[in-house]
Amino acid sequence: MDMLSVTPEIRAGVGSAVQTGSAMEEPVKVDIKDVHFFYANGYEALKGISLQLRDKTVTAFIGPSGCGKSTLLRILNRIYDLYPGQRVTGEVLLDGHNILDRNEDLNRLRSRVGMVFQKPTPFPMSIYENIAFGIRLYEKLPKSEMDGRVEAALRKAALWDEVKDKINQSGLSLSGGQQQRLCIARAVAVKPQVLLLDEPASALDPISTAKVEELIEELSSDYCIAIVTHNMQQAARTSQYTAFMYLGELIEFDRTDNIFTAPANKRTQDYVTGRFG
Amino acid sequence: MAFTLTEHTIGSYDEELTRLAETIAEMGGLVEASLSNATLALLKLDHVLARATIEADRNIDAIQKKIDEMAVSMIARRQPVAEDLRAIITAIHVANDLERMGDMAKQISRRSLQIEGLSLAPKFYNGVRHMNDLVLRQVKAALDAYATRDAAAAIQVCNGDDEVDALYTSLFRELLTYMMEDPRLITQCTHLLFAGKSLERAGDHATNIAEAAYYLETGRQLSGGVEELHRQQIHE
Repeated sequence: MDMLSVTPEIRAGVGSAVQTGSAMEEPVKVDIKDVHFFYANGYEALKGISLQLRDKTVTAFIGPSGCGKSTLLRILNRIYDLYPGQRVTGEVLLDGHNILDRNEDLNRLRSRVGMVFQKPTPFPMSIYENIAFGIRLYEKLPKSEMDGRVEAALRKAALWDEVKDKINQSGLSLSGGQQQRLCIARAVAVKPQVLLLDEPASALDPISTAKVEELIEELSSDYCIAIVTHNMQQAARTSQYTAFMYLGELIEFDRTDNIFTAPANKRTQDYVTGRFG
Repeated sequence: MAFTLTEHTIGSYDEELTRLAETIAEMGGLVEASLSNATLALLKLDHVLARATIEADRNIDAIQKKIDEMAVSMIARRQPVAEDLRAIITAIHVANDLERMGDMAKQISRRSLQIEGLSLAPKFYNGVRHMNDLVLRQVKAALDAYATRDAAAAIQVCNGDDEVDALYTSLFRELLTYMMEDPRLITQCTHLLFAGKSLERAGDHATNIAEAAYYLETGRQLSGGVEELHRQQIHE
């Protein structure tokens, strides 16, 4: 059927200035060009993805399980490199520099491209150390300066007021929502430029989810943010751009307003309205 | 852009959307009948029909409230997006326009009660009768365009409103002439003129419904530019 021959509907590029409500467009931060991804067994999980993530903008990736959205996120900071045999072709330009280059310094890359996962993953150490640990990998700071950095990161993640009196308690003693914000604080502590959020709120209750979403909105004034979510309303609420992926292909990429009011592709419409499969 | 709709994974959502569309269709039918009856009561000075039409407006108002409630409930529970969202939002708009048309029918019926017993030759009614025929055609076409999600038909309805306006202008001149010829007819002719104005307004609401149909189908507002473009396509 027409599921197979795909030309993605991309209206988010040139000429989208006429779209309603568009402020000045931010410059492109991450330029993904014809990216293919292969698992060790040769399975092609991404079949030529091209799209651009803008700075200081939230881009949401939606699509059914197995569509490749998490895989794409894992490429952007090369987490996939941890698994032997996985292979990527194409280019991912971060500020014009191809991060898929064989000689890319991965530690430096991962400090520039932070990632937060579905399940909160605080280190089994104090709240303070959870933040300081990452900073020490890249910088050697005197205690007073480190204190300031830890506080700034926790403030940025809207967690400071809740933890300032128990900063030396274990990070694992926090609630799920707080743990997730601790992970976001840990990610922003090393001053990244891009934040990748892989279903950051799917394990959280509605109030914690709302706090994480509010945090995403605040962080978007500083970072280029990519969020993968199964919650369509969350994509609609948090992002300015939405990419709909299906079976390893980019089906439609457009302003979030358009995707949720008048999508250009029938499969996008079927998915966002709950008519899929 | 609209597509052939597949069914929702949640079947009850489809049932609710269908029920909403059916209720709009039912309301549309009642409003068409009311407008038609109102003009008939005016032309024949049939006070029984006039009173029945006035009474029927209560039911139309009640259905509008029901459609509002259905739409609000679906927005709250289903979080509709894309075409579903457009269907629900336009249902609210269309029900509102239909309710106003029902009011127009009621006003025309009231006028027919007021000119009862006043003498008027049949020729005085010709203009109103023509307007009624044309407006009813517009209303029917607009409701059809909405029900079948036909953007091209919707544009034709919008374009047809010019004809309604022109007819009203000519009715105005005609009745003015009668009044100048014989000032004793001023009361009756004024009522007829207002009836004509009510029909003209009903025509405007038909245009609104057609615009809603266009938006429902395409996801774009029927702005001047788009309308002009499609006008050309239709006439080519």
